[in-house]
Amino acid sequence: MSKKTVIPIGPYHPLQEEPELFKLYCEGEIVRDIEWETGYNHRGIEKINESKTFDQVFFVVERICGICSTSHPFAYANAMEEVGRVEVPDRAKFIRTIIGELERIHSHLLWLGLAGHFLGYNTVFMWAWKYREMILDIFEKTTGNRNNYAMFRIGGVRRDIPNIHISDVKKMLDAIKPKLNLLLGAVMDDPVIHARTKKVGILTKEDIIDYGAVGPTARASGIAIDVRHDDPYAAYPLVDWKVITSDGCDVYAKTEVRLLEMLESVSIIDQCLDKMSHTKEGSIYNPVKEIPAGFGFGRAEAPRGEVFHFVKTDGSNSPARHKVRAPSYVNIATFKKSCIGQTISDATIILAAVDPCYCCTERMAFAYDYYSGKQIMNGLDLIRISQQKTKELKMKM
Amino acid sequence: MSLGSYCFRKSLWVFHFGGASCNNCDIEILDCLTSRYDIERFGMQLVGTIRHADVLLVSGSINRKCRARLLKVYNQAPKPILVVAFGACGCTGGIFAEGNVFGGPVDTIIPVDAYIPGCPPKPEAILAGIVKLLNK
Repeated sequence: MSKKTVIPIGPYHPLQEEPELFKLYCEGEIVRDIEWETGYNHRGIEKINESKTFDQVFFVVERICGICSTSHPFAYANAMEEVGRVEVPDRAKFIRTIIGELERIHSHLLWLGLAGHFLGYNTVFMWAWKYREMILDIFEKTTGNRNNYAMFRIGGVRRDIPNIHISDVKKMLDAIKPKLNLLLGAVMDDPVIHARTKKVGILTKEDIIDYGAVGPTARASGIAIDVRHDDPYAAYPLVDWKVITSDGCDVYAKTEVRLLEMLESVSIIDQCLDKMSHTKEGSIYNPVKEIPAGFGFGRAEAPRGEVFHFVKTDGSNSPARHKVRAPSYVNIATFKKSCIGQTISDATIILAAVDPCYCCTERMAFAYDYYSGKQIMNGLDLIRISQQKTKELKMKM
Repeated sequence: MSLGSYCFRKSLWVFHFGGASCNNCDIEILDCLTSRYDIERFGMQLVGTIRHADVLLVSGSINRKCRARLLKVYNQAPKPILVVAFGACGCTGGIFAEGNVFGGPVDTIIPVDAYIPGCPPKPEAILAGIVKLLNK
């Protein structure tokens, strides 16, 4: 057996839905195998939900993931409305869609910033997060909160967006559009980013189907899978939009898909705000008296892919069983295909490309020699290697 | 001047321990570092290892798996160190305190100097918390 170095990454990933421990088995610079272990972030949420009432569950599922704090309530509401056969008023549908799409923009900006940081573009990190603040301002204006919005309830939403606020929100949204175009231009025109991300971390169409990947990871390999389109919910059938795909299959394609999706989201929000102003102000939910026994499935497209919720009810006021499946869980398995054969300096961006938020490498990753157990490098070194490679490429160009 | 206040006169370096958290607190901490709030102008920055840190920032609820690891990190820290429990989950366990894998609030595991409550605390609250901690 040839000499392999093991690089454990993790287990604590603070920006990630599920902290994992990754072990990269390397021969020299090249990654030969990868293993991962989940379960570090187990909080027993599904069990907690069984002791909560249907309305309280919204606040728990919101805190499954801080970045997807609309997607999980969205999927849960879809599931509960299927059980109870509840109709949602049009205005509530538009508000739900607006909040969901705003979340997509802020999540993608967050990802773009971190990806820029890993590649050695700290300006992208600072700028993307600066423009993300503008989205959070809209959230603060419309929902009252920066992160956990608490907007959903069974049969509608909790708070209305009054018509007099619509023009303000539109103004704030218009201010973001040029910034998104600026970021798009900055990424598309930069030869170094092309060199670092093209033909890196390839996932072919077959790989995606084999591993069942979802969201931008799948769409960047030319598979137009999007719950908003395949199983329309809320106001998505009422507005014009298209599923963004790319045939690149590499890290660059994933970046491109996310950037274009943000612009698409802005257009969806714009249309929703227009159509919402024609509906009756204040009619934001249909009261629900009781939920019958039965079960329901709910799906929603989170920024990272499909969120799936299953709820079984027994006629009481709390779920008998609640099952959640988050998109990162399936996407992470694709590392087995995308990482192997690549160099360590590229592994950072490949793992980040799936958007499991990789900031753990800043503090908890260490490289050990496989035999002596001596520490060789830590997470900061890994990022340094990645940034070094970009610098060298810049010098060459 | 006591040893503690002598050590914390100047730039505080922060090590962030993310327990079983929902990310929101962690994102708000990173938000503090970026352009709008820019906590680095006060000399504060996140560091890669606890051995370089003056402040141990603990966010998220602590489950049974990370309880021992938190204690290990605390024992590795150079003393004196300020421990800040961050967010509702860090302070009390929050919404996850009734979970079957809950390992106890942070202050039952290690001594805590300051609590910053909120779900998640706003960046302004983080700045206010640090100022209160330094004037204590």
